[in-house]
Amino acid sequence: MTAAPLRVLHAEWTKFRTVRGWVVGVVAAALMVVLVAVLAGVSSDQRGAPAVPIGRGGELVTDSFFFVHQPMTGDGGITVSVSALDVGIAPDLEPGTVPWAKAGLVIKDGTRPGSAYAAIMVTSGHGVRMQHDYTEDTAGLPGPVSTASPRWLRLERSGDAITGYDSTDGLRWTAVGTVHLDGLGPTAQAGLFVASPDAVQGPGTVPSVATAVFADLRTEGGRLTDHWTGDRVGPEPTGHPPTTSGSVAESDGRLTVTGTGDIAPAVRASLGTAGTIADVLTGTFPALITVIVLGTLFITTEYRDLIHVTLAASAGRSRVLAAKAIVLGGVTFTAGLAGTAIAIPLGEHLARQSGVHLFPITPSTQLRVVLGTAALLATAAVLALAVGTLFRRSAGAVTTVTIAVVLPYLLVAQIPFIPDVVTDWLTRVTPAAAFAVQQSVVPYHQVTSVYTPYNGYYPLAPWAGFAVLAGYAVVSLAAAAVVLRRRDA
Amino acid sequence: MRAAVHAEWTKVRTVAGPRWLLLGAIAATVALSTAVVSVMTCDAAGCGHDATRLSLTGVQFGQALVVILAVQVMSGEHGTGMIRATLAATPRRTTALAAKAVTLTGVVAAVGTVAVLGSLLAGRLILPGRGFTAAHGYPILSPADGPTLRATVGSILYLVLIALLSLGVATVVRDSATSTGVVLGLLYLVPVLAPVIHDPHWQRLLHRLGPMSAGLAVQATTDLRDLPIGPWTGLGVLAGWAGAALLAGALLLRRRDA
Repeated sequence: MTAAPLRVLHAEWTKFRTVRGWVVGVVAAALMVVLVAVLAGVSSDQRGAPAVPIGRGGELVTDSFFFVHQPMTGDGGITVSVSALDVGIAPDLEPGTVPWAKAGLVIKDGTRPGSAYAAIMVTSGHGVRMQHDYTEDTAGLPGPVSTASPRWLRLERSGDAITGYDSTDGLRWTAVGTVHLDGLGPTAQAGLFVASPDAVQGPGTVPSVATAVFADLRTEGGRLTDHWTGDRVGPEPTGHPPTTSGSVAESDGRLTVTGTGDIAPAVRASLGTAGTIADVLTGTFPALITVIVLGTLFITTEYRDLIHVTLAASAGRSRVLAAKAIVLGGVTFTAGLAGTAIAIPLGEHLARQSGVHLFPITPSTQLRVVLGTAALLATAAVLALAVGTLFRRSAGAVTTVTIAVVLPYLLVAQIPFIPDVVTDWLTRVTPAAAFAVQQSVVPYHQVTSVYTPYNGYYPLAPWAGFAVLAGYAVVSLAAAAVVLRRRDA
Repeated sequence: MRAAVHAEWTKVRTVAGPRWLLLGAIAATVALSTAVVSVMTCDAAGCGHDATRLSLTGVQFGQALVVILAVQVMSGEHGTGMIRATLAATPRRTTALAAKAVTLTGVVAAVGTVAVLGSLLAGRLILPGRGFTAAHGYPILSPADGPTLRATVGSILYLVLIALLSLGVATVVRDSATSTGVVLGLLYLVPVLAPVIHDPHWQRLLHRLGPMSAGLAVQATTDLRDLPIGPWTGLGVLAGWAGAALLAGALLLRRRDA
């Protein structure tokens, strides 16, 4: 008797549906995702922690620097030359390399951290840059500055348009870029700034301090005067020697300004207290083990007594396997979808109530995380089904799939000092690559940081990472189909 | 009891599955340990790594095969109906369970010794070439050294206790897929879930209670004060888990139909 594909599918669906333990298991998997999200939300308490500045796009930002400034009303401009930018690294302020240490001119919508700004600056390792609103960055003249090779910078406001210029001699100028700061009030704060982000050392970061030498400071319009005030924007740095929170000194028409901090989008290493959507979805792991057990049982239970009946009732053995994969995949995908769709808003809400900042995500990223997590669970279940078919032993199949998916993650996400090459490799070739679907933080080229899986940055693009797991599942399923056809039941 | 242990030993000895699993446990342990010590570097004195613990990382992998073995010793019999023969031959059910526990203890202790010493040897041979030298504060690894001896013996005991925990869980749960899932969940989920709990007090408590995180504290040889739990106390927590699982298993085994 040859059964139509739909009948095989229906038979497998009936089997799944009528075993109480399996239905309980799949519901439990969804609940685990929600439960851990709730746990994560209620167990954290960061009320009273310093506020995290938020940029205009809603993104979390770092906005701390030393600012030598005065109010600028209406249109105007500032010109300056920079002849040195030196960096010292904590704790002893030994000279070091911090490529994105920066010094230059900024026009900012007040001194509140997170407010809109446009700036033109020299950097230690990336030449002249024009940056605005934290995430935007345009390159100007290349090369470092020195007394022999200074850079002249000019920043001009005209309405809501701000244009940055650079020059090697103060005579021939090139416009680096013009940006529009919508809603910039009539009076902005304008002046010199110095910032130096934390230097990456091994798996962590250490604070650094930059010192810049400015000269030839000139102003035009904007009711600007000769009166400048030096202030630190953002919280005082912690753990620094007190002299390094920033300073300004004048001699012979030269201004020596020191500063620390950064004006840039926040990344995981610079904002350890903020959470990500992947943190909220840690419940994926217990759910994963649950669906792996389900996937294994869906086939190994057959080997106890039912397989003869199942295979006799349907001529094509691979058809049975395909039907099982579809039913299992469908059920676990739905459970994963329900679990994550509830867990994300609930976890986010509870985390915010506890004062935890979450790296914001766009709706499309959120959709990818939800679909990706559901697909991750479904694919892991199908992989377990295939491995269970190959092994015919539950304990071996459950362990193999769990180890393949969870152990690499455990190694890369729990041990910060594992070398980058290893974590990179583990998150490219093992099924744990699929956790990339949960990545919500973005690496920025203008922020040097620790972009490792430990911090939530995966080497593969989200769906490419998922494809690795899917590849394992497809290959195992094909092998299982071949083996199932060849061997006696 | 001797007859029961002999019967269990014969089962383990004559079936191919356990033999491969035991060899696999050794291979997995030594392989991961070797891989880890081969990639770690120590550039200067005080690089903060615990050389002994690094060399014994493979236990986190090897234990998975011990779990399979221990679960199959019990669930395998439930799956095939063999359990009825076992219990007919040894009518005192707790004796049958005890015999399994004794046999597992012996087998896993033997295999664990090979696996752990193999890992330590890998560390001893490889680490000096990776900068873990006496000049950087790392004498050559030796089990004669007090803390390393504790870590070595402790890791072997850890594997034995993991086997007993798995046996207990499998006796309670009976189904092998679910038992394996429960044991692996208990072991691997605590370290994954702990960072989610932001409250440091609860996080520490979770590390103290988790069978793997507490049990592996015995591998630490440096910075013992920073550990959430002392080395032997941690192993004691795991022993508590194993004891509780075996006790629950024994009680249920006596009450239930096979």
